[in-house]
Amino acid sequence: MDIFEIFLTASFWTAAIRIASPLIFATLGELICERAGILNLGIEGIMVAGAFAGWMAVYSGLGLWPGVAVAFAVGMGFGLIHSILTVPFGLSQHVVGLGVTLLATSSTYYAYRLALPEVTSPPSITPFQPLEIPLLSKIPVIGPALFAQTPLTYLAFAMVVIVALVLYRTPLGLAVRAAGENPQAVAAQGLSVTAIRMGAVMVGSGLMAVGGAFLTMSAFNSFFFEMVSGRGWICIALVVFGAWKPGKALLGAILFAAFDALQIRVQQTPLGAGIPYQIFLMMPYILSILALVVMSRRAEVPGALMVPFNKGER
Amino acid sequence: MRLEPVANPTALRTLAPPALAIAATVVIASLLAMLAGANPFSVLGLILKGAFGSKFALLETLNRATPLIFTGLAVAVAFRARLWNIGAEAQLYAGALVVAILGAGLLDWPAILLLPTMAILAMVAGAILLLIPALLKVRLGVDEVVTTLLINFIFLLFVSMLLEGPLKDPMGMGWPKSARLIDEARLPRLIEGLRLHWGFGLALISAVIVWVIGTRTTLGYEMRAVGLNRNAAEFAGIPVGRVLIKTALLSGGLAALAGFSEVAGLKGNLTLDLSPGFGYTGIIVAMLALLNPLGVVAAALFVAGIFVGADSMSRAVGVPTYLADIMLATALLLMVVAILLTRFRVVRE
Repeated sequence: MDIFEIFLTASFWTAAIRIASPLIFATLGELICERAGILNLGIEGIMVAGAFAGWMAVYSGLGLWPGVAVAFAVGMGFGLIHSILTVPFGLSQHVVGLGVTLLATSSTYYAYRLALPEVTSPPSITPFQPLEIPLLSKIPVIGPALFAQTPLTYLAFAMVVIVALVLYRTPLGLAVRAAGENPQAVAAQGLSVTAIRMGAVMVGSGLMAVGGAFLTMSAFNSFFFEMVSGRGWICIALVVFGAWKPGKALLGAILFAAFDALQIRVQQTPLGAGIPYQIFLMMPYILSILALVVMSRRAEVPGALMVPFNKGER
Repeated sequence: MRLEPVANPTALRTLAPPALAIAATVVIASLLAMLAGANPFSVLGLILKGAFGSKFALLETLNRATPLIFTGLAVAVAFRARLWNIGAEAQLYAGALVVAILGAGLLDWPAILLLPTMAILAMVAGAILLLIPALLKVRLGVDEVVTTLLINFIFLLFVSMLLEGPLKDPMGMGWPKSARLIDEARLPRLIEGLRLHWGFGLALISAVIVWVIGTRTTLGYEMRAVGLNRNAAEFAGIPVGRVLIKTALLSGGLAALAGFSEVAGLKGNLTLDLSPGFGYTGIIVAMLALLNPLGVVAAALFVAGIFVGADSMSRAVGVPTYLADIMLATALLLMVVAILLTRFRVVRE
């Protein structure tokens, strides 16, 4: 098949949107944290924990949506740990974030081994099924891509709208953005910077975990070690690429996912078969670095990102 | 709540928080062991015994500590200058790759020439790998945390590609591994008859050299100044960008020595499972050592001991080895809080 014909197939766009979905959740989560002034490097581990928690909840008899809620709650738990250390204690966000990733990953693997000792291949669950929206899903090419996805994908898109509305149209969103730009001003208004930042990190971490859960509950039907494989770090790059704005971050995630879906298909063409598969697997990471480089010049970084706030200081 | 600096910390204030952090880590590990249906006291005892309880165990711990000293030093050097090098894993593989290419017969030199050549070129490879993100940071302001992390994934795929292609051992029964090194390319034993190679000696020497650089040279002073306050350093006329680049070269080179030592000293060839995350664990080692190069040696022995001990404990009572990783992550997070509390007190509003 010719490379350009790939763009005209519905399956390509369907795959792109599916690949984008977990990235959308996690990127929004990171975006909320960073808009409030906290870099959350716990993202990679929190996604692992979310992937496991959601899947395990369903495996032990809970419904799919309660499973998503469990993942969200587990994410908030790790967010709480992260935010206690980085907000009131004001500790290095780099060190704490990496520590949280390590803690979340290792405790997930520990829990997995405890829950399923001696299994060679993990059991599978019945994941979310595609939900076709009548009429709209019949539009050629983009119809199946946008309107025949699982409910969790629809939720991802809805979250973009919700996060954008809350951030830009509500007093709460204003407070979150101000906490990341000028925390002194927030404190001067009598609001608690600590509470706002901690809340943002917890909600953001919850969304990251749901992003992880998408992998085990919608994209696949089982939990594997290494299944997140750097998606969290890619989401951090996507936040920068999206200039800390939900809409642009969504665009970045879809662009990125489309490229990923494309490389899988090019691998199967005669042209791609001659190239080592590792080259294709490298592409997402290289693309993320390139995105960071391109955006570095005009990045609108939140003013107080990574600056701890201690009320005593001015 | 609010933090207030303590002017003259008492001995109790300096010692109690770190001690409590360690105690809390042990308590959490015990609870997790109980969750796995094991007796916590026997689990902790088995970890200690498995790490330090016999000559064999101790040598295993020293061998495991060797790469961790190198990656711990790499991280300590970089973090001290606030260069967030999270890419020690890739730099380790860069060093290992150089050894696998040069040492399997390509250079047919005597050991006295071959080993130093490989070590230096390994360091160059690791340095170059960190130079890229360091330049992106200095020139374009691209955050090095994400770039170094992403390069880990890229470089591991690159190594995988070479191991399935040009570097694949024709005698390897189809496994993706490199050909065995020639004898001249192997690091000799540190003490005849003991299973411990010169990589450990090199690691100790490196720690001393890094300590000397950090405390006795202008570069060390500049690195600390840049780490403490970049703007103030700039104002004082320190070429911040150049110091960061030098730091990156040193840090990348140190991490690459871990790969050199693992391939030339321990394994004898390169596989994709050469490092079970030594680069990332180096971050824990460096933080537990408070970024002090000599402390890195002690911290590496402690961390290696927990890993080796947990392996042996897991074989005996079936508690998953991931207990070791949880203990280290907990120790890291609690220790940074503890260090903070030695200098600040929490005040209620």
